[in-house]
Amino acid sequence: AMEGSPGARIREGDCAVLKRGEVFKAVPVLRRRKIIFEKQWFYLDNAIGHSYGTTFEVTNGGNLQPKQEVEETPTETKEAGTDNRNIVDDGKSQKLTHDDIKALKDKGIKGQEIVQQLIENSTTFRDKTEFAQDKYIKKKKKKYEAVITIVKPSTRILSTMYYAREPGKINHLRYDTLAQMLTLGNIHAGNKMIVMETCAGLVLGAVMERMGGYGSIIQMYPGGGPVRAATSCFGFPKPYFDNLHEFPLSKVHSLLSGTFSTETLPSDPEDNALVEEESNGLTEEKQTSLQETEEEPTAEAPMEINQSEEQETMDINAEDVEFKENKEKENKENVREKQMKQWERRKKLTETAALLREKNADGLIVASKFHPTPLLLSLLEFVAPSRPFVVYCQYKEPLLECYTKLRERGGVINLKLSETWLRNYQVLPDRSHPKLTMSGGGGYLLSGITVVLDKGKSDSSNSETLKMEEPSPKRCKVQDLHC
Amino acid sequence: MSFIEYGDTIKDGDTAIVFLGHESMFPVKVQHGTVTQTKYGVIRHSTDLIGKKYGSKVTCSKGGWVFILHPTPELWTMNLPHRTQILYSTDISIITMMLELKPGSIVCESGTGSGSLSHALIRTVAPTGHLYTVEFHQQRAEKAQEEFREHGVDHLVTVTNQDVCKNGFGVSNIADAVFLDIPSPWEAIGHAKSALKAEGGRICSFSPCIEQVQRTCLAMEEYGFTEINTLEILLRVYNVRTISLQIPDLGKAAEDNSGTGFDSSNPSNQGSPGANLQQGTVQFKSGVPLREMVGHTGYLTFATKS
Repeated sequence: AMEGSPGARIREGDCAVLKRGEVFKAVPVLRRRKIIFEKQWFYLDNAIGHSYGTTFEVTNGGNLQPKQEVEETPTETKEAGTDNRNIVDDGKSQKLTHDDIKALKDKGIKGQEIVQQLIENSTTFRDKTEFAQDKYIKKKKKKYEAVITIVKPSTRILSTMYYAREPGKINHLRYDTLAQMLTLGNIHAGNKMIVMETCAGLVLGAVMERMGGYGSIIQMYPGGGPVRAATSCFGFPKPYFDNLHEFPLSKVHSLLSGTFSTETLPSDPEDNALVEEESNGLTEEKQTSLQETEEEPTAEAPMEINQSEEQETMDINAEDVEFKENKEKENKENVREKQMKQWERRKKLTETAALLREKNADGLIVASKFHPTPLLLSLLEFVAPSRPFVVYCQYKEPLLECYTKLRERGGVINLKLSETWLRNYQVLPDRSHPKLTMSGGGGYLLSGITVVLDKGKSDSSNSETLKMEEPSPKRCKVQDLHC
Repeated sequence: MSFIEYGDTIKDGDTAIVFLGHESMFPVKVQHGTVTQTKYGVIRHSTDLIGKKYGSKVTCSKGGWVFILHPTPELWTMNLPHRTQILYSTDISIITMMLELKPGSIVCESGTGSGSLSHALIRTVAPTGHLYTVEFHQQRAEKAQEEFREHGVDHLVTVTNQDVCKNGFGVSNIADAVFLDIPSPWEAIGHAKSALKAEGGRICSFSPCIEQVQRTCLAMEEYGFTEINTLEILLRVYNVRTISLQIPDLGKAAEDNSGTGFDSSNPSNQGSPGANLQQGTVQFKSGVPLREMVGHTGYLTFATKS
C-alpha cells in the first residue's frame, strides 16, 4: 500500500497540518522549532513518532503531550431553566475575573477544570436551558481546553486550509470547486495532464494526489518558474516528481508555430528568486504581450523548498595571490557548474517541448489569475480529441467570453459554465439547522470535451499561426484580445 | 479503451458514448456487424466506428452527424440505465475529495444501486486500489457485476449480495474509506467501523432526510468517530447568452411648445419594434441561470475513525 496506509507516523522533515476545531495551519516538523498556533506556542519534538490524527495538549513547558482519553462523566440531571425571559445580560454573571482565570492557568490547572470553575462561578448557569448550558460549555471548552490534532496533509485538508487562511493565494478557489475540477477533468492514474495554475501549487498537488505517481504532468508556468509551495506540503514521495515537467508559457506561441528554440530561456529561477523584472523581459518571440506578474517563489508557505543556490558573496580581503588563484579556479568551476545546469535545463525543456508537440494530452486544467481565454485557446492545441478540460475563474465574466471564443474556434462540445453552492450544517438532537455563515462564492468553472477539430476551421487557424509576421485582420479577429 | 485508461481508437467490445448535441447522448456497445439507430440515421459499427479515433465526427445515413466519445465515469453517470436514483457528479466530486481517495485506496460502498458512484470510485482508486461494494438486491447486484465486467474494471471491484446492516462489507480493518447510501445508515455504522483500517479511515453517509442524518450523527458519535461534519452541495449551471435589452424612449430633452412630457399622440413614441430595436438596444453577454435547478439531493455527513 502507498503512503497514507494505516498508522502513518509523524516524522521529522514532514509537512504536517495542525488542527484545532476548524482552524488549520501547515508547519514543518523540525526539532526545537518554535511553533505558534492559535495563541499558543510549543515545540513539535514530542509529536515525532506518534500517528497522524493524534490529539495533543500543550504543556506549560511548551511541549506536546497526547491527550488522555477522558471518561465523560455521565451528566446527572442538572438544574436547568426553561427559557431566558428572566436572564439579564449585565456582564456580571461570571464571578471569576480575568486575573482569577489567569491565576488558574498559571497554576497549571487543566482546561477541563477551568471550565468547571467557570460553570460553578456563573450565577446564571443553572437558569439556562439545557441547550444553552450545552452551548456555554462547548464555548468555554473551545477557549480553554486547547487541544491540537496533527493531521496528515491531503487535498481535503490543504484546500480547506488555504481557502480559510490565504484565499488570495489561490484565487479564492473554494475546496468544493477544486473537487469538481478533479472529477470533471477525469484526473486519474496514467493520464498525461497539462496543468496551468497560479494557486501556489495547490491545484498541481491535488492533481498529483489523484494520479498517484502514475502518468505524467506538464505544468505550464508564467515568468521564470513554477510556484510549488503548496505542492511540497503534500509530502509526495520523490518518484512522483520524476514525471512532473514544466514549460514556460512564454514559449507556447513559438512551440505552436514551429519556431521554438531553447536559445533564449526565461531567466534561470535560481538567479532571480526575488527579482521580478528580469524574467519578464526575455520573450522576444512573443507577438503578444501577456501581462505577467511573477510571484515570489520563496515567499509562500512555511514549508519552502529552497530552490535558489546560495549566492555566495565573495568577500575578498586577502591580498593573497594564491587565494586569488583559488578564487579564479572556483569562479571557473562555478561558471562550468552554471553551464552544466543551463545545459540540463535546455535538455529538459526540449524533452518537455517534444511531449507537448505530440498534442495528445489526456486533459487540461487551468486555474489562474490570468484571463482564461488566451490560455485555453492555445493550450487546448496540445490536448487529444475526446478529452475533458476544466477552467477555473474567480469571476464569471471572463468565462462568458471564453465560452464564446471556444464556440468560434470549434473542436469542443458539452461546454458547461457552472458554480457550486456549499452549505454546512449543525446536526444536534432538536437543534439541527444550517450553520450561520457560509461562503458567498467559490469561483466558477467552464468545462467541456475536445473533439476532432473540423478540417475547415483548423486550416484557417493553422495559417493564422504560420503568418506570424503579417498583422492580417483575420488573425486579429481570432486573437482579438491583444489587438 | 477502458473506464480507467484512455485509448485512442474505437475497438470492438468498447463502450462508447454517442453525442448528438446539447444534452443529448447515449452509450453504445461497439460490436462488429451491429447497427445503431439515431435520429440522424444509422451508424454502422464496422465501418463507422471500429478503427476510428475517439472524438471523431461520424456522419449517419440521413446526413446528420454525431461525435463518438471515449467513456468516462462522468459521461457514464449521465447516460447509464437507472435501476435506482443515482448520485451525480457534483456529489461524487466532493465525496471523492472528502474521503481522500486516490490510487491504491481501498473503499467500501453500500448500496451499489445503479453503479454511478461505483464507476467513479473504481476510476479513482485504479490501478492498485479496490472497491468492495455491497448490494442487498440480487438483480441489481448481478447487473452491476455484469457492467463492471463489460467495462473492463471487474478486477478492481468485488460485488457482494448481502445486507450491509446485518453482515457488513465482508472485509475488516483494511478500508481507507466507507460510503453509505442506504435507508438506515445508523445501523451500518458499527460494520463500517470494523471494515475501516485501525486509524484515520474516513466515512461518508448520504441521506435525503435530516432525520436520517440526525440518527446517523448520533451513531457516529457513539462509535467514537471524530470530525463529524454535515454539508450539502448544489450545482448551479449558467447558459451563456447574448442578451439585447431595449432602451426605453424617455422622450426628447428639448421639448417643443406644443407637447407635454407625455406625447402619446406622437407616432414615434410608440414606434415599431423593428425600427427601435435597430437604434435603441444594448447587447451584452450574460450567464443566465436555468429556470429550474436541482434544489436538493441529500445531506453528506463525513467523519474520521480515530
